[in-house]
Amino acid sequence: MKGSRVKSRDDILDWILLVVFVFLIIITLYPFLNVLAISFNDPIDTMRNINMVIPRQFTTSNYVYIFKENNLIAPLLLSVLRTVLGAGLGVICTAMLAYVLSRKDFYFNKVFTLLFVVTMYVSGGLIPEYLLLMRTLGLGNNFLVYIIPGLIWVYNVILVRSFIEGLPIALQEAARVDGANDFIIWGRIILPLCKPVLATVGLFVAVGQWNAFMDTYLYAKELPTLQYVLYQIMETATIKVDPHAAEQMKNAVSPLSVRMAITIVATVPILLVYPFLQKYFVGGMTVGAVKD
Amino acid sequence: MIAKKKEKTTKQKFSWQLVYKQRYLLLMSVPFVVWLIVFKYVPLWGWTMAFQDVRPKTFALSVWEREFVGLGNFTKAFTDRLFKQTMLNTIGTSMLGILLGTVMAIVFALMLNEIRFVKFKKATQTISYLPHFVSWVVIASIAKMVLNDGGMLDTLLNTKLKLMSTNSPLFWVVVCMINVWKEMGWDAIVYLSAMAGIDQGLYEAAKVDGAGRLKRIWHITLPGIKPTVIVLLIMSVGSTLNVAMERQMLLSNGIVQDHAMVLSWFSYLRGIGNNNYGVGTAIGMFQSLVGIVLLLIVNKIAGIFGESKLI
Repeated sequence: MKGSRVKSRDDILDWILLVVFVFLIIITLYPFLNVLAISFNDPIDTMRNINMVIPRQFTTSNYVYIFKENNLIAPLLLSVLRTVLGAGLGVICTAMLAYVLSRKDFYFNKVFTLLFVVTMYVSGGLIPEYLLLMRTLGLGNNFLVYIIPGLIWVYNVILVRSFIEGLPIALQEAARVDGANDFIIWGRIILPLCKPVLATVGLFVAVGQWNAFMDTYLYAKELPTLQYVLYQIMETATIKVDPHAAEQMKNAVSPLSVRMAITIVATVPILLVYPFLQKYFVGGMTVGAVKD
Repeated sequence: MIAKKKEKTTKQKFSWQLVYKQRYLLLMSVPFVVWLIVFKYVPLWGWTMAFQDVRPKTFALSVWEREFVGLGNFTKAFTDRLFKQTMLNTIGTSMLGILLGTVMAIVFALMLNEIRFVKFKKATQTISYLPHFVSWVVIASIAKMVLNDGGMLDTLLNTKLKLMSTNSPLFWVVVCMINVWKEMGWDAIVYLSAMAGIDQGLYEAAKVDGAGRLKRIWHITLPGIKPTVIVLLIMSVGSTLNVAMERQMLLSNGIVQDHAMVLSWFSYLRGIGNNNYGVGTAIGMFQSLVGIVLLLIVNKIAGIFGESKLI
C-alpha cells in the first residue's frame, strides 16, 4: 500500500519536471526567436509591438540596410579573419608547445611547465597589460593585437599535453629509430593522432575569437569587428518604442530592427558550429579530467 | 600510463651536448616562452607602477626614475568618491551571482538527473548550453530588447517593470538573473557528472527501505555532490572581486551605471580614463591580492568544517 503511493507520487514528479523543462526551453529560446522575428519584420510595424515569434510583416530590408548602408562587410570580414587566423595559429602553437611539454626527457620541461602554469593563477591585470600593448609594443589599432596576445591558452596546452601523454610511446620510438627528428615526429605522428583534441581546442578558440569584444574596445577601435559594431549601435541608438516617432520616420530604419539583424548575424556562426561544440566539448572536458 | 612507467627520470646533467641533442625541442618551445615572458610576465612586473606616480608623460621613464609614492596610490583609490559604492557593487553582484548561480545550476542538474524521459532530457540540456556560447555583446543586445522600458517583457506583461532603469541594487539582481539565464545549463554539467559518480547501490538500498525520490535526492544525491559544490564554492569565493568589466559595461546604461560599476571597470576608468596609471594598477593589484587572501581563508574554513563534519 505504502509502496504504491510512493510510486505514484514519484511518477507525478516526472510530469512536474516535464512542465518545468518546457518552461525552461521556452525562456531560453523565446528571446532568440523574438530577435529573429524582429530582424525580419517591418521596422515600423515592430514599433507597435515588439513581442513576436513570427514576423508579422515579413521584410528583408533590415538585412539589406546593414549590408548596404551600414557597411557591415568590413567588420564581418575582420571577424572571420581573426577567427580563422586566431584558431588556426592557436591550434598549431598549442600542439607544438604541448608536445614539447609532454616530453619528460626534455631538459627544460619542468621549468617551462612551471612558467606557463603560474600564469593561470596570477596575472598583471588590466592596466599593465593595456600599457604593454598600447605604449610599449605600440600594437594599438594593429590587427596583430587580435592574434598575438591571446595566441596560447595555457589550459588548452594542458588539455593537449594530457592527450599526447595518453598516446602509445612506441610510435615515437619507432620513428626515432628510423631517424626522424623531433620536429618530424611532431608533424608526422603526433599531429595526425591529436586531431580530436585539436578540433576541440580549435573550436573553443574560434568561439572565443568570434565573440571577443573587449580587445577591440580597449586596443583597436579603428578595426571594428562585428561584435564591436553591434556594441556601437547599442550605445548610440537609444530605443524608445514610441508610436508617434514611427509615423514620422516613414521609410526610415529603426535602430532596434537594425540591431536585431546584426545580433542575428553575430549569432548564426555560433549556431553553425554548435553541433560540433556539443560533440567535442564533452570529449575535451573528459580528456582534461584524465590527467589532473 | 605506460609512458610513465618507462621514463624513470634519471636526473639529467646539463651539457651543451644535451642542448644540441634537444635542439628541435628547444626551437619548438623557446619562442613560446619568449611570448609568455613578454605578454604575461612583463605585465606582472608592471605591478611596480602601483607604488609610483605614473602618468602618460612619465611612463617612458625607467622604473628607477619614476617618483616613488609608497602606498599613496592605494590611499587615493580607497578615498575615491566612487570607491565605496564600487566595492559594494562588486561584492553584492558577486555574492548574489555565486549564490543564485550555484543554487540554480544544482537544481537544474538535479532535475536533469531525475527526469526519466531520456530524449526530452537531452533536448533540454542541448538547448540550455546555447546561451553559453553566445557573446556578451549579443546577450546584452537581447537582454536590452527584452528588459528595457517598453521592451518585450513589459509588452508581454503589460506593465512597467523598470528593470534596466532603476538605479538601485535591483540592477545587481538583474545582472545575476541574466547571468543565470546564460550559464545555468553549462554550469550544471559539472554537477551532473558528479551525480553520475554516485554509487547506484545507495539508491537501490534506499528504494528497498521505502524512500521516495525526493528523499533519495535529499539523503543521497545532495550529500554525494557536496565535495564538488564545496570545491567550486572555494574557487568562486577566491574570485569574489573579479567581476568582469565586459559584462557590467555591456549591460549597463547611463541610468544604472552607479550600481553597475565594479572594481575592474573602476581600475580602467581611473587608470586609462583619467590617465593615472599608478592608481589604476593599484586597484587591480588590490583586487588580485584580496582574491588570494580570500581563497586561503575559505580553504582553511572548509578544511576545518569538512573534518568536523566527516568524523
